[in-house]
Parts: sequence; C-alpha cells; structure tokens
Amino acid sequence: MKYTLSVLVENQPGVLSKVSGLFARRGFNIDSLAVGVTEDSRISRMTIVVNGDEHLVEQVEKQLNKLIPVIKVKVLAGDFISSELSLVKVSCTPQYRPEIIQIADLLGARVVDVSLSSMTLQFSDTAQKTETLFALLKPYGIKEIARTGTLAIERGPGVTRKQNA
Amino acid sequence: MISGAEIMVKCLENEGVSLLFGYPGAAICPFYDRLSQSSIRHILVREEQNAAHAASGYARSCGRPGVCVATSGPGATNLITGLATAYMDSIPIVAITGQVNSELLGRDVFQEADITGACEPFTKHSYLVKDAKELPRIFKEAFHIASTGRPGPVLIDVPIDIQQSGIAEFKYPQQVDIIGYKPRTQGHALQIKRAVQAMSEAKRPLICCGGGVVLAGARKELLSLLEKTQIPAVSTMMGLGVIPLDNESYLGMIGTHGRRPANQALLEADLVILCGARVGDRAICAPDMLGAQAKIIHIDVDPAEIGKNITAHIPIVGDIRLVLGALAEKASARAPQEWIEQVRAYQRDYVPRGEPSEDFVEPRSFVRALSGMMKDDAILTADVGQNQIWSVNNFNVKEGRLLTSGGLGTMGYALPAALGAKLAKPRRQVVAICGDGSFQMSMCELGTLCQNQIDIKIIVMVNGRLGMVREVQDKQYGGRHIGTVLDGNPDFVRLAEAYGIPSALAENNRQAEELARKMLSSSKAFLLVCRVDPDLPSI
Repeated sequence: MKYTLSVLVENQPGVLSKVSGLFARRGFNIDSLAVGVTEDSRISRMTIVVNGDEHLVEQVEKQLNKLIPVIKVKVLAGDFISSELSLVKVSCTPQYRPEIIQIADLLGARVVDVSLSSMTLQFSDTAQKTETLFALLKPYGIKEIARTGTLAIERGPGVTRKQNA
Repeated sequence: MISGAEIMVKCLENEGVSLLFGYPGAAICPFYDRLSQSSIRHILVREEQNAAHAASGYARSCGRPGVCVATSGPGATNLITGLATAYMDSIPIVAITGQVNSELLGRDVFQEADITGACEPFTKHSYLVKDAKELPRIFKEAFHIASTGRPGPVLIDVPIDIQQSGIAEFKYPQQVDIIGYKPRTQGHALQIKRAVQAMSEAKRPLICCGGGVVLAGARKELLSLLEKTQIPAVSTMMGLGVIPLDNESYLGMIGTHGRRPANQALLEADLVILCGARVGDRAICAPDMLGAQAKIIHIDVDPAEIGKNITAHIPIVGDIRLVLGALAEKASARAPQEWIEQVRAYQRDYVPRGEPSEDFVEPRSFVRALSGMMKDDAILTADVGQNQIWSVNNFNVKEGRLLTSGGLGTMGYALPAALGAKLAKPRRQVVAICGDGSFQMSMCELGTLCQNQIDIKIIVMVNGRLGMVREVQDKQYGGRHIGTVLDGNPDFVRLAEAYGIPSALAENNRQAEELARKMLSSSKAFLLVCRVDPDLPSI
C-alpha cells in the first residue's frame, strides 16, 4: 500500500541528504519525494510517498522523527488532496494533433508546446490520473516524461503543524 | 576580536570539559594553538579511533559527554569506527574535526574528506560549520543532543578558515532551542497503569535490563522494582553491571553467548518487561517467537526502538529512570511464588563452566577469581572476541562498571576505553581484559599510557587464535580454519617492558591469580599475559 507523508524540516543545507540517506540505509523504498519551502521560509515541506505495510510506515515515521532537523512528520490518512505536475512529450505529426488535443481536453491537460513531430502536455492531478493520461498517450509514442512527484495537503482547516506550536 | 578557534575552546570550557582526547594535524592547528592557552588537558592518543574509544570510556565512567578531536581527512576518517561504536551503544561523545578551508571544500584538496557525509549513519547529529558566529550555538546544541534523550555521538566539523576568522564578541547561549528535538521524559500515565496491571496478572513475568538502564542511571529504581515485586530479571550485554550477580532475582545475561538460566527463563516467560533494550539479534535471536509467547512491555526513551525489532503490547516512551521509578512506586503484586521457585531452581542447577587448570590459564575461572580480588567499585573493560564472553559471563560487577562494545563489537575497544575510564575516575581500579587479537588492534596506546602515567591494568589472554571467528569456522564451515591463526605474535611481556610497563606471563591459573593480586596491589600500570588453551570455547 502507498502512504503519503508530509514532513516539515528545517530549511538548511544537508537536510535532503540526511532524509534520503536514512531511507537508503534502513531499506525503505521511496516512490516519490518532493521538496519546497513553506509559508515560513525557515521551514521546507517534503512530501514523501512510500510503498509498504503499516509496520514499515511506522518505522519510517519514527526514524524520520529522530533526525534533528525534522520538525514534524504526519502520515496523511483519510481526506487529503494530492497532486503532481508532469510534462509529457508525445510523438505527434500534424494529422494526430486533434486526437491528442481531445485526450488533453478530456483529462484537463494543457498543451504547452507543439512542433512538427511532437506535442508537449502539462498536467497536474493525482498520480493515478497522471498514469491514465500516460496510458492514453502511449499508443502515440511518449518521447519523454518529467514529473515532480506527489504534493499533498490535508483537506479542511487542519494543518501539519500548528503555528507557534 | 576573538577567533573561531578561541571560541571553540571557550565553548568547551563553558561545557565544563576538563579533558579531551585527540591527535593534531594541519587543519585543526588553530584550535590546538588556543587549547595550549587553556586549562583543558589534552591526551595525545596514538591513533584517532582510540580517541573516540577513550572518550567513550570517559563518558561511560563519569556520565558526561567525552570529547575527541582529530584533523581533517585521514584523521577524521580514522575516527569513524570509534564514532560508530559509540553510536551503536548510545554513548555521548562530542567529536571535533578540522576541515580544509571552506572555500576549497569539494575540490579534493590535500587531506579533504566529507566527514559529515561519511558519518551520517553513525552520528546522532553532525554539523559542518560555515560561520564562526554559529560556533557557540552549535557547541551548545552538540553537547545537549549528545547527552539527552537517547545519547549518542555528535560531530562538529570546523574548516580551518572558520577557526582563524574572528568575530566581535563571545557569548555562550544559556539554552538550546531546537524545534525538531524535544525528547520525551515522562512515561504516559495510562501506559504505566496498564503495565502495572499486566505485571500483577502475569504468571511468569520477567524483567530484561538493557543498556538504557545504565545510560539513564536507573539502577536504584530497577533494584527497588525487583525487590518489591521479586520479578526475576535477566540482562543484555549492555545492561550488565546494573544487577549484581548475587541478587537472588537475577539470572544473568541472555543471548547466544549468555547463561542458560537466563535464556531458560526468557523462553518460558509470559510477560517480558524490556527496559532500554533494543532487542538486538545477539540478545534475542527470535523476537517474533518471543512476541508470540509473551506479552511485551517495552520501555525506551527512543520511540523508534519500540516496534522496530519486536511488537510491543504495552509501549512506554520515556526516561527509564522516571518510568521505572513510577513502576516501582505503583507495582504492588509480588511475582507468583511458583515461578520464582522455578527460575531459582534453574539458577541453582547452573554450574558456571571452567575449572582452574595447571596447563593453561583457564580464563572463565580466572575472571571469576579476578572479580573477587577487585575492588567493589572497580571498572572492567572487556574487549571483543572470546575474551569478551569469558569476561562478561564471569565478572561480577558490584558497585563498579563493565564497559564493552556490545552493539558494533569493535575489537581494540578495551585498552583505550580503560584509559578514558581511568582519567574520568582516577581513584578507581581499572582493568582491561583483551585477547591477543583485539589487544594488537590498539596496543599502540601503551604509548599514551606511558606518556601520561595512567595506572591501568591490562590482561591479555593469549591463545594465538582469533578464537571467536575460529568457533564460527568450526561450527558452520566444517572446521576449515583460515585467517584465524595469529602467528607472529610478539612476546607481549617484552613488548610491555619496551614501554617501561611492568609485565609478567602466567601459564596456569595459580600463577595468574598470584600475579593478578600483585598487579592489583601496585599503583603502576601492569600488563599480565595469560596463556590460554587455543581450543577453549567462548562459553
């Protein structure tokens, strides 16, 4: 099963290597990891998706918490919004353009670049929907994909860490 | 103006550091230069790894973080095994390394090594200092992190230009504020209540004392819990020394190299109270089986230890001293008499192996005899190999300490750790027991011992074998011995004498005991060489 972890860390050099090193040496597999600064510039958020069982995700959470620059770890469960940005370049001669544009429209992807032999779409949705888009585009020939990895945030007023906490 | 190097020394002074172990080099010279102006005593070791081991022996003996210093590159990388040893056994150490000029970092200049990167898996935390202004905060945090919660080594890597740069004034922070580091101390009241309930309901309860009890200074609390409940107790190797061997609730060390009564009790218990024990594979080789057979109460200051190797039915995160104190206070029920008698019978039926010999020094009986001769508050350091098992199973710690490398199993630990222990507790008797293999890994420290006139007693059990590995070859590899014969051993007596250290050879138990008595009565260092039967097993 896939688990999505929202991890707040101090925004300083070396933290990413501490986190990724921990995953490597404890044998945890990362599906995706995305980092960016938060509303507080001293703090970054890492959204990490791991594949494993309940025991593994509990260990991941506890081991992450042991790292000094890690401020808060939350395993997102229940209702949360997750999304990732992807760019996909498809082989596309002019005759197939309408078909690909139709697929893009259907799923809500945006055409961001066109050439005589290719078309690039930008898509932002869940990992699952992203896979659907790729599956639909596959018959045309996918030349290249770039993905950010999943970002997630809780639905409603709940936050990972309360201000001034 | 005050230089980074001077700040570093002042930080150490503010932390109450009076002694450190180190080995200088170009990249740490500014710090050493300022150190010469300070009252902090510097002990020059002969190899950096031993500076970390000595700091470990020091920390374990006096309860404050030990400090070790090395230069950049090879000095720093030599430290790694020592830091990893301390990390596995949760020993508080602050390690300081010099680093090349920060502007040259990453260019592979002379004696550059990415030591914070290399030590990432072996340190509780590490710092690469980028600005001299940060030094006071970093030192304050380093000592705090090393010594609180689950203790461990912290590394501070200081580029030479940072040591040389100056700032306007020095102010040591009074407090630390690390948002991501707030170790929990009090155990959860509800969990403690549940634990007390489980203890009173159990038919065959057993307490397992781990290294966490030693680190938390929870000896008194554990002994009072034992006395009140009469629950039988066992220990891991790291927990040795908390419960005296003659305590009637105590069954000795568990594990692959432990005592039979302890392992028997563990196999039959229906409730196991793990106190600061991380359920390492040498202590509990089948945690799943144990978890299925017994209810587990797991007390640890490190939440990540709970559920890592064994599923706990009642987890209690907190300072072991406080948790055991609460348990001792609240527990009312006495362990069932039938169970107490059952394990006491195991204990009665157990005859420790090893009889004094005329042909060799039989190490197990010799360690028992030695244990009787040593002072109650003596500190014994045990090396790694067969000698470790002989020592830990037969030495009776009364008021003193037994220091050994339990987690990483680092050969060569005993001698430098003994140096550190003696410097921490100069009035205590300190004895190191080594094998001929492990002794040769750190025997260069005889020089340190001489230079500083440190009165420690060293016992080298010589069997001309790497006995522990040889046992593995016997049991699992059809007795095909390779790489386990130590030909080319020096004459250890003459070696000691070359350093000016009195020494003698014992060829049987009678001689060994006589010499040990003489050795213990002298106020100078001594090296006792014991000839041991090469075919003798560890247990």
